[in-house]
Amino acid sequence: MPLIENGKIIEDRFVRVGDDEALPEGAAVLIGVDRFLREAETLKGRQAPVGVIWPNDRPIAEIAPYLDRLSLIALVFPIFRDGRAYSQARLLRERLGWRGPLRATGNVLRDQFLLMERSGFDQIEAVKGADADAFDEAVHRYTVFYQPATDERPSLLRQRLGRTVRGV
Amino acid sequence: MAAPQQQKLKVNGPVAVTANRLTDGAVVWRTSGEGWSVDLAEAAIVTTADDAIALLAAAQKRDLDAVGAYVAPVVIEADGSVKPGNLRERIRVAGPTFELPH
Amino acid sequence: MYAYDEFDRAFLAERVDEFRDQVVRRLSGALTEDEFKPLRLMNGVYLQLHAYMLRIAIPYGTLNADQLRRMAHVARTYDRGYGHFTTRQNIQFNWIKLEELPEAMAALAEVGVHGIQTSGNCIRNVTTDQWSGATPEECDDPRIWAEILRQYSTLHPEFTYLPRKFKIAITAAAHDRAATKVHDVGLRLHRNAQGELGFEVLVGGGLGRTPFVGKSIRPFLPVRDLLSYIEAIMRVYNQYGRRDNIYKARIKILVHEIGAEAFAKAVEAEWEAIRGGALHLTDEMIAEIRGRFIYPAFQALEDDPAELVEALKDARFATWYRNSVHKHKVPGHSIVTISLKPVGAPPGDATADQMDVVADLADDYGFGEIRVGHEQNLCLPNIAQKDLPELWRRLDAAGLATPNVNLVNDIIACPGLDYCALANARAIPVAQEIAKRFSDLDRARGIGRLHINISGCINACGHHHVGHIGILGVEKNGQEFYQITLGGRADEHAQLGTLLGPAVSYEQVPGLIEDVVDTYMELRAGPHELFIDTVARLGVEPFKERVYAAH
Ligand code: HEM
Ligand code: SF4
Repeated sequence: MPLIENGKIIEDRFVRVGDDEALPEGAAVLIGVDRFLREAETLKGRQAPVGVIWPNDRPIAEIAPYLDRLSLIALVFPIFRDGRAYSQARLLRERLGWRGPLRATGNVLRDQFLLMERSGFDQIEAVKGADADAFDEAVHRYTVFYQPATDERPSLLRQRLGRTVRGV
Repeated sequence: MAAPQQQKLKVNGPVAVTANRLTDGAVVWRTSGEGWSVDLAEAAIVTTADDAIALLAAAQKRDLDAVGAYVAPVVIEADGSVKPGNLRERIRVAGPTFELPH
Repeated sequence: MYAYDEFDRAFLAERVDEFRDQVVRRLSGALTEDEFKPLRLMNGVYLQLHAYMLRIAIPYGTLNADQLRRMAHVARTYDRGYGHFTTRQNIQFNWIKLEELPEAMAALAEVGVHGIQTSGNCIRNVTTDQWSGATPEECDDPRIWAEILRQYSTLHPEFTYLPRKFKIAITAAAHDRAATKVHDVGLRLHRNAQGELGFEVLVGGGLGRTPFVGKSIRPFLPVRDLLSYIEAIMRVYNQYGRRDNIYKARIKILVHEIGAEAFAKAVEAEWEAIRGGALHLTDEMIAEIRGRFIYPAFQALEDDPAELVEALKDARFATWYRNSVHKHKVPGHSIVTISLKPVGAPPGDATADQMDVVADLADDYGFGEIRVGHEQNLCLPNIAQKDLPELWRRLDAAGLATPNVNLVNDIIACPGLDYCALANARAIPVAQEIAKRFSDLDRARGIGRLHINISGCINACGHHHVGHIGILGVEKNGQEFYQITLGGRADEHAQLGTLLGPAVSYEQVPGLIEDVVDTYMELRAGPHELFIDTVARLGVEPFKERVYAAH
């Protein structure tokens, strides 16, 4: 599955490790939330980076105490239509102040890329190779955005004012 | 008449597999030649649940010609002609039951 | 009218391009049906029994003449020459081809019309009072706020894949014509003791399988906080609304399961964190949107001009006038309802020719403006009273002057089994049969205000729960049956109807409805007691006794 970061396909340096597998020495790992919470204390001392897959049915506020020891947060779209992780992403960025990499995983198709980017994801794990190739087109399809979100794109709410009210 | 796609398959009489054509939504019937026809007379008719399941499974393999396939009851008239088996299917074949605005 | 600007036009063109690309990918096989379905639904494209159906939003029910003409063009060119106006201030085309949809959408986008968010699990077309901006009853034009919500919710990145669809309705008049109490969120615009504008916020109303009347979670929300508060509601719902069962996914179930108080608490907590942020509406922002609404340059006219007084001597005109013409806030002007319920025709359908006629009439007499109401009728909101006689003559010639607004044959009906893939039973022919029973309009007038609502299945698209008489199609052994409820209402006193008795067959429905009406005529305290008030006073029992004894 191609991994896209800031519009480019990149190598995934994180290894996904199952709950019962040993953590590979010195490698960046991405682990499930249960293991992460269970081994939170021991993981504290780990030298290599740790990322967590945070499920979409666990309140994202619970991640707050662990943020300073995480190197990656992956949120999950179990199916295309399940949009809970959009809210989690925005809360992570806007409320909890997460600045590290935020990855969209699961049933991720090109028609969601823009929504994901606007909600604060900077890494996208696309299901289809062709979709990854079309990333640029998908996120630049629109030049007009009505509402403010996590991204820096100017929203119409303010753009219109810029035109009619001077100095805003 | 809850949507047939959501019902458990019960076969007690002749049935056919029907769907809507992808390009324009027209009602189509699965033929014995593994294609689709807008003419119910060309539909493959089966009478057992196993045959119906097989016909449906074959029809669902490819979703580029027709979509939303399901098993629908039909009636075989004395003269051998095939008619839709319930009101829903009659409406799908013949259109709304009242005069359309014009 | 709200005037779209270059931003809106650019956005719509981009949207059509995106859909065109999605259709190409679907037809080539790059997208499976499972992947394509949510995408087409986000553009208002359904698959019905015989064909694809395109649903077009009419934001807050307001259209201009060019837009209506373009709809007529789409009906003629890509469909079978007619369209169906719905209870959600939308129009539906029933026979459109997937291959031709991008063309049809591009034609509509040129006049600023589209099907975005008329389907799918997103914030849907925000609806409001069809008399907005024209009625003397309101404290502000609710369309300003509907437009702000429309912009805010358009392709919202966070709220495009909610647990289920989300419907918001706004009223600014004490008499609620927007059914705000049966929406996911209902907003009642009013002024507080200090004269400031704000909303009472209701949540968790809805019909369908589990109907609820909405609960008030905030008596007064200052207007500048509208977007932040809605965002807080949406965020709580998006995270905690049920996704395990489609029938329990609406916000009403969440509100019901955790209780309105707990829900309100969660919303208020979220709101506290965001209320001062980017969504805070400044006076400039509100003024900017308000400034894009262009109001007619009304002439200074007197009420009851000579032309009108003279015309009222004609009994047919006078009958129509008393039924279909309503008070305007500007002297010398009126609001006109155009019944799309000629006796015996499919409720809410209009032919392309009729759409053209209404568009011309709007241009000639009504500042080019047309409205669509949730009763499936059209409305010309700004007509000078002196023009009413001429307007009426032209409506009458086009078969659009049936004086039955709010009467027993002004029936609301969903498409039912004649079109809809989810239906149990037909709705339109039932409406036609009932309307014919009361085709004597003197009799219908004698009966007075009576709303009949028909849905072809439990999804309740025809609002049967809140009809004075509600008719719900069910299935028994493969046959069409109908349950009847009495006493529902959708206005400010919203309540759900009470079941009358066992379901009856298709053939029995019209007679049974006639018996219910006859019973009312006998039992009412006088000609001024409306059907709904008689039912409230006596309950359904006396009706049940009489009606089922006869059947
Ligand atoms: C192909 C046609 C249609 C389909 C498949 C459809 C589907 C549905 C479904 C599944 C629901 C239930 C939602 C729920 O309870 O969660 C519903 C509700 C509703 N629909 Fe439709 N509908 C169709 C046509 C219409 C039409 C023509 C109208 C307007 C006349 C309409 C207006 C409504 C309304 C007002 C509700 C109930 C309010 C609520 O959302 O709770 N629908 N529809
Ligand atoms: S109420 Fe049922 S039959 Fe009627 S339009 Fe809605 S889903 Fe279809």
